[in-house]
Amino acid sequence: MSKTTAGRVQGNKKGFWRTLGRQWQLVIMSVPMLLYVLLFNYGPMWGWITAFQDYKPKLGITGSKFVGLDNFKWLFGRDDFLQSIRNTLAMSTINLVLGTIASIVLALLLNEVMNTMFKRTVQTVTYLPHFLSMVIVVGMAQNIFASTGPINTLLMNMGVIKQPIFFLGEGGYFWWLVGFINVWKEVGWNTIIYIAAMTSIDPCLYEAASIDGAGRFNKIRYITLPGIKSTFVILLIMNIGHLMEAGFEIQYLLGSSLVMDFSQTIDIFVLKYGISKQQYGVATAAGMFKSIVAIILLFAANTMAKKLDESTLI
Amino acid sequence: MKEANYTSKGNKIRQDRVFPIVNTIILILIMFITLYPVLNTVAYSFNEGTDALRGNIGLWPRVFSLESYKSILSDKAVYKAAWISASKTVLTTVLNLFWTSMLAYALSRKEYVLRKFITVVMVLTMYVNAGLIPNYLLISKTLHLSNSYLVYIIPTMFSCFNMIVIRTYIAGLPDALVESARIDGAGDIRVFWQIIFPLCKPVLATVALFVAVGAWNSWFDTYLYNGGKKELYTLQYLLKMKLATTQASANAAKSTAEALTSATKTTPITIRCAITVIATVPILVVYPFLQKYFVTGIALGSVKE
Repeated sequence: MSKTTAGRVQGNKKGFWRTLGRQWQLVIMSVPMLLYVLLFNYGPMWGWITAFQDYKPKLGITGSKFVGLDNFKWLFGRDDFLQSIRNTLAMSTINLVLGTIASIVLALLLNEVMNTMFKRTVQTVTYLPHFLSMVIVVGMAQNIFASTGPINTLLMNMGVIKQPIFFLGEGGYFWWLVGFINVWKEVGWNTIIYIAAMTSIDPCLYEAASIDGAGRFNKIRYITLPGIKSTFVILLIMNIGHLMEAGFEIQYLLGSSLVMDFSQTIDIFVLKYGISKQQYGVATAAGMFKSIVAIILLFAANTMAKKLDESTLI
Repeated sequence: MKEANYTSKGNKIRQDRVFPIVNTIILILIMFITLYPVLNTVAYSFNEGTDALRGNIGLWPRVFSLESYKSILSDKAVYKAAWISASKTVLTTVLNLFWTSMLAYALSRKEYVLRKFITVVMVLTMYVNAGLIPNYLLISKTLHLSNSYLVYIIPTMFSCFNMIVIRTYIAGLPDALVESARIDGAGDIRVFWQIIFPLCKPVLATVALFVAVGAWNSWFDTYLYNGGKKELYTLQYLLKMKLATTQASANAAKSTAEALTSATKTTPITIRCAITVIATVPILVVYPFLQKYFVTGIALGSVKE
């Protein structure tokens, strides 16, 4: 379809302008937003030049000195940058794995509920945290994981620990805290898409399976799970494309100087060097590195999924 | 029991009887875990300040007090911040819906010659981002939007995901609606406002919710661009600042908390929790009513392209 449109457009330039003139109302409805996006989404890409400069705000992009790849070299010689890459990947992987498993399990459990009222109630309740801001969620986490908070109290009452654990003050816990908080916040919301996939499965399949004597778990295994496979693959691709995005707010708000070795992600590194220390060139280089890796990951995941699908089709 | 275990059919029956009970218990437990931190915050907000520093408050305040709310409601900065938050949320949502839905309509018209080009330009924004610093330099240094109210409105006027959700919905409406209006001589702008827009209410409700929640919950824009201007602080930014002051006490040992003997009726923790409650209520009131809309909205967004 795209080929024929393009062919028609190139083959008949006059016709193109005449049609465009006739469609002036559609132009009015769409071109302002096009210009807006070009300015606000594509315009900043001009700033990528600063990644190769010793950028000074006073001199601007046109006046600053070019330094080639020096900014990148400087970055990769720094331990805290390498550490922030590690932290980003670790937390996004934990988020992805925990988040996916939790939302599929919750979706399966919800799918088995026959009582509509109860199902709706569970859904409404589990959607709630999605609507809370990260500032609020981190505030709640401070109370829950505090040394006198309910988790420590529970663990001490059960006799698992004798002294309260400083969850928020020890780096070793940080990645997992972020993972669990994210699951708590988004698990309900993420079931929406899986439940939608489950409801589109043909009910005849379940009936036929029942007649064949399949129990509940066999139906889940042989009908429900294969039924949501394509949704799972699409979401996986999109998420792999976002592996460089471990989130920013939660680490920024929950982290402290005590856990910085584990909480600093690339985004926080960029913020620290770019905004606080005003080393724009270096910070832009770090951000650019992140974007490039993200695009490579996206294409890689996409190709992989295509290959996988072919092999399963044949 | 004996019989139930005897054959595979019996086993199935037992499975069918036990599973729903187990499932219900698990789901109730999940609801409890979801709600606990929220109710815990409410309990803190109604607790007396010094006592709250001892921690260990569950679902009910230990020493009941309304002081935190009294102190907030007598603080002009809170009212100011609530006004900024509410007004920017409304403005952002209205502008966003206006532009996004019009664009979605234009891009749903198959005969539109710029359709393919504009769609590609828009969709790419979902994957390629210039990054924090270039965006900051554009908005703050080139466009001089920092330290102004406009920085809340202008940079947040468009989201490609929302556009796709609306476009998919419009594409699902019968084409005859548009065609017959055309024959009667209506142009695209009229067709959109008089016929399509009213039919899009469900999907617009969904998108409005997404945009409004995003605008209401954001604090980073304040931090980045308006940090030096107190009269432009939002509720979420006030919370963010309170969070920094409570961070230390969350890590502090119990003894230091007990050492604080001078009885203050409010502490940063109870104040923070009370602001949290105030900032959450508007969302709590709205989202359950839009549930059936946003559930379909998400499903629509997932079938893009």
